[in-house]
Amino acid sequence: MADRIPAEPLLRLEGVHTHIGQYHILQGVEFDVPEGGITMLLGRNGAGKTTALRTIMGLWQPSRGSVTFEGRAIGGLTTPEIALSGIAYVPETMAVFSDLTVEENMILAARSGPLDRKRLDWIFSFFPAMQKFWHSPAGVLSGGQKQMLAISRAIIEPRRLILIDEPTKGLAPAIIEGMIGAFEALKRETTILLVEQNFRFAASLGDTVAVMDDGRIVHRGTMTALSADEALQTRLLGLSLDAHQ
Amino acid sequence: MIGKLLSYDPPKSRVLGVVLAIIVLGLALAPFLFPGAAAINTAAKICIFIVLVASYDILIGYTGIVSFAQTMFFGIGGYGVGLSLYFLGPTWPVLALGIVIALILGVALAFVIGLVSLRVKAIFFAMITLAVASAFLILATQLSELTGGEDGRTFRVPELLRPGTKLLEAPLFGLEITGRIAAYYLVFLAALALFLVALRLVNSCFGRVLQAIRENESRAEALGYRVVYYRTLASCLSAALAVCAGVLSAIWLRYTGPETTLSFAIMLDVLLMVVIGGMGTLYGAVIGASLFILAQNYLQKLMGVASAATEGFPLLPRLLHPDRWLLLLGVLFVLSVYFFPTGIVGRLTQRARK
Repeated sequence: MADRIPAEPLLRLEGVHTHIGQYHILQGVEFDVPEGGITMLLGRNGAGKTTALRTIMGLWQPSRGSVTFEGRAIGGLTTPEIALSGIAYVPETMAVFSDLTVEENMILAARSGPLDRKRLDWIFSFFPAMQKFWHSPAGVLSGGQKQMLAISRAIIEPRRLILIDEPTKGLAPAIIEGMIGAFEALKRETTILLVEQNFRFAASLGDTVAVMDDGRIVHRGTMTALSADEALQTRLLGLSLDAHQ
Repeated sequence: MIGKLLSYDPPKSRVLGVVLAIIVLGLALAPFLFPGAAAINTAAKICIFIVLVASYDILIGYTGIVSFAQTMFFGIGGYGVGLSLYFLGPTWPVLALGIVIALILGVALAFVIGLVSLRVKAIFFAMITLAVASAFLILATQLSELTGGEDGRTFRVPELLRPGTKLLEAPLFGLEITGRIAAYYLVFLAALALFLVALRLVNSCFGRVLQAIRENESRAEALGYRVVYYRTLASCLSAALAVCAGVLSAIWLRYTGPETTLSFAIMLDVLLMVVIGGMGTLYGAVIGASLFILAQNYLQKLMGVASAATEGFPLLPRLLHPDRWLLLLGVLFVLSVYFFPTGIVGRLTQRARK
């Protein structure tokens, strides 16, 4: 069922179980994120994708299993320690600090010093709205602009791995098209683990894919192979690529 | 120059800027503009409470921490200086020693409370601070050999600050320059400096992290910020400012006691001042403290005038009787919260943005 994925993984989850209160959400999740490119984490609603990202980030502690990043176990580390080890996280809720300006949001994310002007221009080339609203409170931005800010914040400094949770959720198709361009450029310099419901978006960007169902990984392989196999899509995700075109 | 002094965070509304300028000028010239013991006393109290309210706003407004121990730190400042001057004599080195002892004790206590309890949920932290502050109040009342118990301690201040000390032979603009005036300007300038320090603090990167934590802890953690560390540091800095306010209060009153520094009535007043002025904006501390203390001191007199003026009308003179000033203050508070849910400064800033 799984294709062969080359290269030493940047991130590895082995037998990860996560409980939230009385609920057993992740039930032995196993998958690798290879270095470079975009790994898509797909699955139906409630499959455990967001919990998987939050567990990697230390926002939920795994009750069993191991999370290894660059060969180092990060399962027991705190969220700030994980963040400082080089993992950025963009939650699905357009997670900006609304009382702070766009500039202040970016300054907060730049942990190693002042903002790098060259990198900022690079970000503005994908998301011009960030430059336009630089001194405005993030709370006044539209949904799409907030999402752009959340992503900009994650890439304001080079990171080893970026976890992004449903970046297209609730966004207009034109904004999504613009975001595809940004991710194309971004994946040339860093590794991305992206949770997504929009299969067309996932198919156009993903290099490798892991599909979750009921708290487990039910498929691993390349995105090309999954995109080409409609029967597999229907079986795993209950949809076909055509349905989303 | 002014921009730098205000940490490039000037008032965002012209009306607010004008009101703040009037308050600062009024306080700066208070001894000359409003002669008389009551007026200068009110002005000094406003200065002291601006610092205390600003210190509390750093906690509740900027960091989202609800604490009931702010008056405890205010009391530590008052008792630190008061007891030092009482037992060791009224000299400047003793005053400095008292300030240092109070700051060390206050910050150490804030650090311990912060480390132990900032990991728990907000409501439990609030309860812990309430318990610690109650314990401190009881301790201050019961250790009467040291603290003077419920009567507190009256002490002498260095000679320069004593009311009997004449600093200038001839009156200046009709005002006799005594140690009392020197004490007022010490309080005013120290309060101004402390307020500007607080403004610098909330406009620094540290202040932005506090605001980020207030808005969403997990997001701040996901950016690599250790929430407990920042919260504990905010508690310590806020405590240090409250201690300084207590020091100024003790120097001004030449007295320290549980009623003037540690009582929960003061804590409630501080909370009201923060809410009226506007949480999460230090300028709110200036507006809130000024309005509240002016109302506290002059509402009764105003009501007396209004009651006399409405004589002959049914019910009104009785409603406006000076004895009912607390009732009117309560109504004014409810109205201000209703019409200015984000505080006066918040409302003015929102209006200016539109």
